[in-house]
Amino acid sequence: MSAVQAVTPFETIRTPDAASRPVKIHTVAVKVTYGQKEALHGVSIDIPEKAVTAFIGPSGCGKSTFLRCINRMNDTIAGARVEGTIKLDDQNIYDPDLDVVELRARVGMVFQKPNPFPKSIFDNVAYGPRIHGLARSKADLEEIVVTSLQKASLFNEVKDRLNEPGTGLSGGQQQRLCIARAIAVSPEVILMDEPCSALDPIATAKVEELIDELRANFTIVIVTHSMQQAARVSQRTAFFHLGHLIEEGPTDHVFTNPLEQRTQDYITGRFG
Amino acid sequence: MGPLWLLALIAGLSFFGFVLGHWKSVVLSGKGRDALAARPGYYGAYVLIWTAIPALLILVVLSVARPFLVEHTVRVNLPEQVLANPTQLSLEISGVRQVATGLKLATHEELEDIRIGVVAARSVFARHGLPLGEDVKPYQLIAASALNVVSDGLNTAVDIAVVAALAFGLIFAFVRVKPRLRARNLVESTILAILIGASSVAILTTVGIVLSLLFQALQFFSVVSPINFYFGTVWDPRFAAAGSTESGQFGFLPLFWGTIYISFFAMLVAVPIGLFSAVYMAEYATSKVRSIAKPLIEILAGVPTIVYGFFALTTVGPLIRDFIALPLGLGTSGNNVLTAGLVMGIMIIPYVSSLSDDIITAVPRSLRDGSLALGATRSETMRQVILPAALPGVVGAVLLAVSRAIGETMIVVLAAGVAARASLNPFEEMTTITVKIVNQLTGDLEFTSPQTLVAFALGITLFVITLGLNVLALTIVRKYREQYE
Repeated sequence: MSAVQAVTPFETIRTPDAASRPVKIHTVAVKVTYGQKEALHGVSIDIPEKAVTAFIGPSGCGKSTFLRCINRMNDTIAGARVEGTIKLDDQNIYDPDLDVVELRARVGMVFQKPNPFPKSIFDNVAYGPRIHGLARSKADLEEIVVTSLQKASLFNEVKDRLNEPGTGLSGGQQQRLCIARAIAVSPEVILMDEPCSALDPIATAKVEELIDELRANFTIVIVTHSMQQAARVSQRTAFFHLGHLIEEGPTDHVFTNPLEQRTQDYITGRFG
Repeated sequence: MGPLWLLALIAGLSFFGFVLGHWKSVVLSGKGRDALAARPGYYGAYVLIWTAIPALLILVVLSVARPFLVEHTVRVNLPEQVLANPTQLSLEISGVRQVATGLKLATHEELEDIRIGVVAARSVFARHGLPLGEDVKPYQLIAASALNVVSDGLNTAVDIAVVAALAFGLIFAFVRVKPRLRARNLVESTILAILIGASSVAILTTVGIVLSLLFQALQFFSVVSPINFYFGTVWDPRFAAAGSTESGQFGFLPLFWGTIYISFFAMLVAVPIGLFSAVYMAEYATSKVRSIAKPLIEILAGVPTIVYGFFALTTVGPLIRDFIALPLGLGTSGNNVLTAGLVMGIMIIPYVSSLSDDIITAVPRSLRDGSLALGATRSETMRQVILPAALPGVVGAVLLAVSRAIGETMIVVLAAGVAARASLNPFEEMTTITVKIVNQLTGDLEFTSPQTLVAFALGITLFVITLGLNVLALTIVRKYREQYE
């Protein structure tokens, strides 16, 4: 069945924004294969700068796979192959000359399950700045850590226990710690792979609020299973299905006036 | 009936009991009076347990008690002057056992002849293929026939007790099989008891080992004071061949130093190489390389230590002597601490690498991803995230390797020699606690002399040292685990 789809010419339905934003990430015909299996059949999309773009779609539709292409985390999976073009500010990130370590410093990532390191809260946030040599002095480092924690709306909750292990925090706090950790290396883009799926509703609300604040300074791409979440936090939404990008456009447009039958079926809960 | 026949009988009747229990429960439920509380197999197992376990327990208890009863019988029948001499007593008792065997071989007429003293018992026994070392003394005959009486009586008693237990258990359980009976619960608690029993065997064995060492060691410490032993700097036990009353010096420190020093070099080799190869296997190697290289490394652990000893004696030792020790003027012997340490270190590599590999692989993938996604390289991820998380396990692996190094004997004998010495120069001969234990226990010595008993004192000291290391390892592991979870 996937072979049939691969040869059928496929056209993504696109609706531009009313006021155009500058493009941060530009991808053309991105294909991903795991061994023999093609998981993504050619995805082309422009992701705007300083906005939240949500990837929605049923499980196994390739949205997380595509997300992991943007900071080349698929490189760490044996047997994964990526074709096509992904440009970050007009620079091809799969260029052999590109330093993948540097790319990942520019494109941070927050995972589905909070994964703080088994270190203190301070060391968790200081980890990135330390390995990239971002702080010139101890005071510098402390400032980066405090600012990052503040930006992640976590500082007030943990300011008295920065030396306690990060693993001792609650799930929601751990996830915000991971966001602070990602912010600390001053990335341009933050990728979030279902960041709230392991959190309770109150922690989810806090993280969503945080994402909305972060939009002012970072380009954010979020994969989510929750359509309400996509509707709440994102400016643009892309709907994936069976390895294809079906439809993308301004969030309110996609949710209120989907142009594709499958998009409509999915957001109204007819499958998924 | 011998114990084997009894075991066969127990097995047969238990199986029969299983079939009976199963059958009865099926029949009862077939009548449709009540639904069964458990499946028929459990009723079978219920009868089986009641049949087998009590009988087995009786068999075991009586078999354990038997030698004590028999020996007691022999003692009661021996004259005072024999009992007074403890070293001869064990010889006498085994003599009586032989006579008892002989009495069973002899025919009725021959026994009568022996009793009235017409023929010597020794010649009669010899005719039946049982040569004795000396003539049979009259009191031995008395003790031996008493032994035979008691032993036969015991056999009958065991048979009766076991058969009675079997019959009682089978009937009792069969009668009790009713649909309401909770047979599953009994099966469950029996399994629990078996599991507890299995764990106790391991613990009780350890206790037994400690006690057997302890008594002999205490005997040693009654001759040589613990202060002289533990703080003595000279090891010179003097195998007092010429009947001298001097017992020599038993200084523990040179042996302890030798053990520590050799283990130190072994760990110097094993820890870095083992750890680095574990990191390579766990993080960098492709699954193909890993599937070939890992078993190859583990082969090292399977090589007999005597082979490592040869390798040290014929290859490594001479190399170190000719290319390092002699040119530097530090030593002239092919037997030296460095050789033993190096070769032992190679032997221990798989202990460190294999365990560390498992521990590193067990660190969650999410931590790796988290670090890589922040732009860390693989080695930064390894050093700063994975190794700290794996540290407790790695420390445990290393301490396990240390206890292995401390206990190693064969490599030391061949590579470092048997000379007890405390020196900082790693090109000299030294030796370890275990080597001296072997040394003191092999040879023609009485088991009551301090020269032999010192082996037990060394043994229990070694036991305490390795126990201490294990406790330390557990404490470290527990402390860090609390911090990381």
